[in-house]
Amino acid sequence: MKQKITTKESAIAQVQSGMVLMVGGFGLVGCPLSLVDELYRQGQRDLTIISNNVGEPGRGLSKLLEAGRIRKVIGSYFTSNPKVGERYLAGELEVQLMPQGTFAEAIRAGGAGIGGFYTRASAGTLLEEGKETRVIDGELYVFERPLVADVALIRAHRADRLGNLVYRKTARNFNPVMATAARLVIAEVDEIVEPGALDPEAVVTPHLYVDYIVQTG
Amino acid sequence: MDVKHLIARRAAQELRDGDVVNLGIGIPTLVADYVPPGIDVFLHTENGLLGVGPAPAEGEADPDLVNAGKLPITETIGSAYFSSAESFAMIRGKHIDVAFLGALQVDGRGRIANWSVPGQTILGVGGAMDLLVGARRIIVTMIHTARDGSTKIVPELTLPITADRSADMIITDLATFAVEPEGLRLVDVAAGVSVDEVRAKTGVPFIVDGGLKIRDA
Repeated sequence: MKQKITTKESAIAQVQSGMVLMVGGFGLVGCPLSLVDELYRQGQRDLTIISNNVGEPGRGLSKLLEAGRIRKVIGSYFTSNPKVGERYLAGELEVQLMPQGTFAEAIRAGGAGIGGFYTRASAGTLLEEGKETRVIDGELYVFERPLVADVALIRAHRADRLGNLVYRKTARNFNPVMATAARLVIAEVDEIVEPGALDPEAVVTPHLYVDYIVQTG
Repeated sequence: MDVKHLIARRAAQELRDGDVVNLGIGIPTLVADYVPPGIDVFLHTENGLLGVGPAPAEGEADPDLVNAGKLPITETIGSAYFSSAESFAMIRGKHIDVAFLGALQVDGRGRIANWSVPGQTILGVGGAMDLLVGARRIIVTMIHTARDGSTKIVPELTLPITADRSADMIITDLATFAVEPEGLRLVDVAAGVSVDEVRAKTGVPFIVDGGLKIRDA
């Protein structure tokens, strides 16, 4: 059987320049910082990043951004990192902004084989522009396409050797849906345990979604 | 007490026992400090927790436990964690009883602009649009006038609108308005504030009837 536990070096070596990456986290909370730092060290570029935010200046994904290695970002809130605005205004970064709930649901749809969905969020606003709309039961809805990625970098609290994951507090955020929506899923975890040590009723991400497990640090 | 706290204290009077409540960033966050005695509410935060407790004591912050403003919080007894996708399913699916939101502008029909700052490139929306379309009741809390003294309650929004759905109530440091089919109705005025002063500082006409009260909190 395939051994999922590996090092951050070999896991991140599977990311190639030009790929689309999902990266978990709400700000830096629940962001797989060891994997992101290793990606920064290895030098892949021309990346499309699907993540709610892009780190903070000098930390997390912002290091890749500041090094000019991110081509496009897709997420809901980039205002908290002024480096995003600087790059965007300089014409060096493409930004796709989505309501946060639409962003989460598009990833869920991508991982669940759903070809898109209609939501009330953004109807009648600037973010609706260019999108298909439809009136359902008298209210305006906006059609949103699913999001998928080549690789997802996620953060969990504990994994068993099979790849079952449990999360910790609000560090869960986008990680469980991102685990479902990429061809290759790399999970950074605080602790790796034997199968049977996690309560099956408490497992949030079943192991079939997870390709590699990396101990944080 | 400064005006932000006065607004939050008035806003908390709208809470009902058992409400599930989402608090936006800024004045809405302060509402939690003024929940009336004898009323139990459950605070929801978009990043994946139902059961937000007060800020932790100095030195006891858990890095995995933050609110939508990325500030440290605690969990209450009986709380539950969930992913961002489920959190926004709760929001859009009308499972949140009341959401308190800040606003930059409100029009005479109670429609709001609160996601795009004047003169700045639009790079963030977060959960504002999802909350506005999904919460069962929307209460805007804001300072009545902008820093330059101009009113924030305007005939036409000049900033990008957040949703085609109207708020239900607007609470400022000067007055409270209910949003009704025929327009805004003045519910109360703060102690020491006259209807004429409210009229002078409000950019749209509003209904004044026999139900007008002087705010006692």
